[in-house]
Amino acid sequence: MAMLSRLASRSSHLGRTLLLPRSLCCSTGGRHFASSAGDEGPTFTVETSVPFVGHRCEPPSREVETTAKELMGFFRDMSLMRRMEIAADALYKAKLIRGFCHLYDGQEAVAVGMEAAITRKDAIITAYRDHCIFLSRGGNLVETFAELMGRRAGCSNGKGGSMHFYKKEGGFFGGHGIVGAQVPLGCGLAFAQKYLREETVTFAMYGDGAANQGQLFEALNISALWDLPAILICENNHYGMGTAEWRAAKSPAYYKRGDYVPGLKVDGMDAFAVKQACKFAKEHALKNGPIILEMDTYRYHGHSMSDPGSTYRTRDEISNVRQERDPIERVRKLILLHDLASVAELKDIEKEIRKEVDNAIAEAKESPLPDPSELFTDIFVKGCGTEVYGVERKENKILI
Amino acid sequence: MRDGEDVGHYGGSYKVTKGLATKYGDLRVLDTPIAENSFTGMGIGAAMTGLRPIVEGMNMGFLLLAYNQISNNCGMLHYTSGGQFKIPIVIRGPGGVGRQLGAEHSQRLESYFQSIPGLQMRQPVVLFEHVLLYNLKERIPDEEYVLCLEEAEMVRPGEHVTILTYSRMRYHVMQAAKTLVNKGYDPEVIDIRSLKPFDLYTIGNSIKKTHRVLIVEECMRTGGIGASLRAAIIDNFWDYLDAPVMCLSSQDVPTPYAGTLEEWTVVQPAQIVTAVEQICK
Repeated sequence: MAMLSRLASRSSHLGRTLLLPRSLCCSTGGRHFASSAGDEGPTFTVETSVPFVGHRCEPPSREVETTAKELMGFFRDMSLMRRMEIAADALYKAKLIRGFCHLYDGQEAVAVGMEAAITRKDAIITAYRDHCIFLSRGGNLVETFAELMGRRAGCSNGKGGSMHFYKKEGGFFGGHGIVGAQVPLGCGLAFAQKYLREETVTFAMYGDGAANQGQLFEALNISALWDLPAILICENNHYGMGTAEWRAAKSPAYYKRGDYVPGLKVDGMDAFAVKQACKFAKEHALKNGPIILEMDTYRYHGHSMSDPGSTYRTRDEISNVRQERDPIERVRKLILLHDLASVAELKDIEKEIRKEVDNAIAEAKESPLPDPSELFTDIFVKGCGTEVYGVERKENKILI
Repeated sequence: MRDGEDVGHYGGSYKVTKGLATKYGDLRVLDTPIAENSFTGMGIGAAMTGLRPIVEGMNMGFLLLAYNQISNNCGMLHYTSGGQFKIPIVIRGPGGVGRQLGAEHSQRLESYFQSIPGLQMRQPVVLFEHVLLYNLKERIPDEEYVLCLEEAEMVRPGEHVTILTYSRMRYHVMQAAKTLVNKGYDPEVIDIRSLKPFDLYTIGNSIKKTHRVLIVEECMRTGGIGASLRAAIIDNFWDYLDAPVMCLSSQDVPTPYAGTLEEWTVVQPAQIVTAVEQICK
């Protein structure tokens, strides 16, 4: 019980608000991220790690309502994401994944927290660190690995690669390689939502590196002028590739950079803080237009697989964050604290996840590579049904 | 849905969109701030959901600022998403050499956009309009009609030489044609209209008839539309040619301000007449 006392000393608040359930239904079934009603298990309140800091707005409360099912779901989903990214690392080193591969491990809390606060009708658009967001929007492991390996079963038929994952029916608009370009796209999505009166919002995600892009401020200005339901999420992992934030931005308070647009600073390693902030942001955006959320997060890997990640930061820093702020560990502690599962049961879940990932990789490996001739002439297996051509239609016409 | 600078209340800098804002309201005709990169990006984002935006650049040259959005997102999203997203967007804007507007406002960017893979005359569509043509008055039929954007237009049928042109140069060619007819030539003039793909059917039929081709374009000589049109013709219709394919293009210089110099950068009717005489020798 050393764990309990450590937690208790960190915040005495917890002791007052928690309810210790006697028994519970630990839902481990299903790799789907959509939560269904019923059988949620007991409800309790969790306090976020640190208070929110607001800019031009009243920050929401630190107390977050949650259920046993949601908490277990967070653990499972984040562990799955973590496992998937680590497996992708191994595949890249085995040269099965080529080109660029940007891994999200460390930042999982942003993906699951956001998903918990919204519906699939809300839209998310992000940059190239998109594997986990794709999963949380309804993607499955096989199409993820197949796409990374350039196979036909991939979510973009093998033609997109790591940086171009999309899931239209899940409201996930990609998957973009050019830094910052996805933010105006996201504001355009928000425009469409307002135009069509859908009462939904768009989360346009970008990093601390992209925060200095001019088109971001252009899009923010237009969104504020037209009151678009756009929520800009800055995933501040403190390094724009190899450049630390203090070397790139005169003002690294990204949540304040919107100036006239309200902002909120959130601990991005705390899934509940993320969930609370996103819920708050959605309500705000539907009534008052754009808002910026800065997620204070961290990536364990380097910028991409070509970057060791240790030339611009110390190994101590990385291991410190892993020890003190790891999102999965935080949730694990909460689960144990609330007696929702035992250490052994959690280990079992992790083992199961490992097997699931391994199976998915094996299945993805079976999928064939696109045939070379398909680039120029043929219809794809599940074709898009559209033609693309050069100036000479007869000579170079592609049916994709 | 149209967005661009001053398209709404002002009616557009060339009055193209005059009256639209009053008729359709502010949500459909949107005045944007001067932020081409982002409002083009926003147009593409809106198109991803199924809306059909028309993005108007006040001048084609300004859309260079949005080139990333047009090239990487607009052109490629359909392909990289495995067909999940269609981008039914129209990007239009005036361009070309006007009346002493200076180098940066006299751009001919057709060829820059021509090579973007995925960008074509179906969705997404980029429309190049010429500044000077806005002032021409022509009779437009009263009823609604739909033009097929992919087809070339037979402006003047003839027997001696095929002249392929587009945009403002068409009018220079027609002026030259008057002179040519007086001199006894019978040029066939085709406005190719679609820059990608080329309407090789119409063009080919014409070449099979006349066996001589002259391309007249306002684009730059280097890497212009004429260059790729020439390549296409040679690849496909080599056997039908009796003379080398000639191409008259603008000079490879930034457009000067002085009126006379400006005239010399683009092809003038007199040059067209000389070229036809040379081909038909």
